[in-house]
Amino acid sequence: MKTDALIDLLATGAGPVPRYATSRRLLAAATIGTAGALLLLWIVFGINPALQADAARVPFWLKLAFAMALAGAGLLLCNRLARPGVPVGAAIWAALLPLLAMWLLGAMALIEADSAARAQLLFGASWRVCPFNITLLSLPAFAASVWAMRGLAPTDTRRAGAVAGFGAGSLGAVVYCLHCTEYAAPFIGIWYVIGILIPSVAGFVLGPRLLRW
Amino acid sequence: MVDEGCAPRRSTAGTAIQCTVRRHLVAGYKHRHNSFVADDYSPPVTNPGAASNVTMDAFDARERRLRALMLRAQAGDDAAYRALLVDLSQHVRTFYRRRLTGLPDEIEDLVQETLLAVHNQRHTYDAAQPLTAWAFAIARYKLVDLLRRRGRREARNDSLDDVSELFTGGDAEAGDAQRDLTSLLDALPERQRLAIVHVKIDGRSVAETAALTGMSESAVKVNIHRGLKTLAKNVRAAS
Repeated sequence: MKTDALIDLLATGAGPVPRYATSRRLLAAATIGTAGALLLLWIVFGINPALQADAARVPFWLKLAFAMALAGAGLLLCNRLARPGVPVGAAIWAALLPLLAMWLLGAMALIEADSAARAQLLFGASWRVCPFNITLLSLPAFAASVWAMRGLAPTDTRRAGAVAGFGAGSLGAVVYCLHCTEYAAPFIGIWYVIGILIPSVAGFVLGPRLLRW
Repeated sequence: MVDEGCAPRRSTAGTAIQCTVRRHLVAGYKHRHNSFVADDYSPPVTNPGAASNVTMDAFDARERRLRALMLRAQAGDDAAYRALLVDLSQHVRTFYRRRLTGLPDEIEDLVQETLLAVHNQRHTYDAAQPLTAWAFAIARYKLVDLLRRRGRREARNDSLDDVSELFTGGDAEAGDAQRDLTSLLDALPERQRLAIVHVKIDGRSVAETAALTGMSESAVKVNIHRGLKTLAKNVRAAS
């Protein structure tokens, strides 16, 4: 087939393009991923029995806001890296600022605490499992965001995979807040972040294989 | 306002002002672009001077024209879409001719693969971004993808970073494609093939095609969409 014939074929009856198709696809992936993570949470971990009491205190909302801010940043970054020719640019700060804020809070808490209390702030009771629990909860969103990205056009498949994993990990962290009873900023700044980084690195490694088009 | 190209409409003060505003918006976007990731979008000429201003203006004019075509195409104007594809195919061809000197037989195949990609991925264009940057990123991605598959050293060539390189003159004369798209089209699943042949080749409406094939209208649309995706996948696998 000649190229002119191909152009005719493509243009004939092409019709309008749905508006906000890229954003809508990513939002759909986030919704599916959240629903899947909630289901996993319910089956595997259960909800924190003291959730009602905990939710009356500030630290719970601080942790939830942190995880949600990262999830929003992940969505924003996916929305950029899913499009050809759009650089990450200043949007990277949407992810960095919540991280820096949490680390600052964590450092302040560690400085104020006496040395005996520091280990508790850093490790809590669940540091061994926290990152892996978050990674497990990120799996539905990971699959959904890979599906979304595959229908879009990431030209940097490594970084696109990494931000898809980052968004999925952050959504996993949001849902994990309903189970987890750790509220110390140093704990969140370390173990939650590691839990988010595991799917990010997985996305970085798998991106070229999964997202090629 | 966004549906019209700027250059031909300088007759009213309002249009001129809108053009200036839009131009600043586009220029601002480029600026932000450059300050963070230099290799994604660079203006063609950076040194000041009369000659470079002319180049810059030609580049801006092309950006405005192509972007206007794309916006009309996305709103459903098939003629504008056709004009855009013709223009892009010429620039992409020149770009690949310059870059694929070692693989001359692959040029037209890659032009076709890129056009299919532009079509299948056209919903990823954001009206706030320069159309030239979007098209260049796709053309570069497809080039690097091909070089990588061929195991070529040039795949890691980091000099592939200047968007102006894609838009420095178009080559209208198509070479011969080695791969036959028609046979790949024939090999599509029957419903996808039928939908594409009726609507995209014979020019029938979706409603007529639905009546002829017994598919619902939405099934016809879905099959066209899926068929072109499958075609793009098979094109890539066949090369």
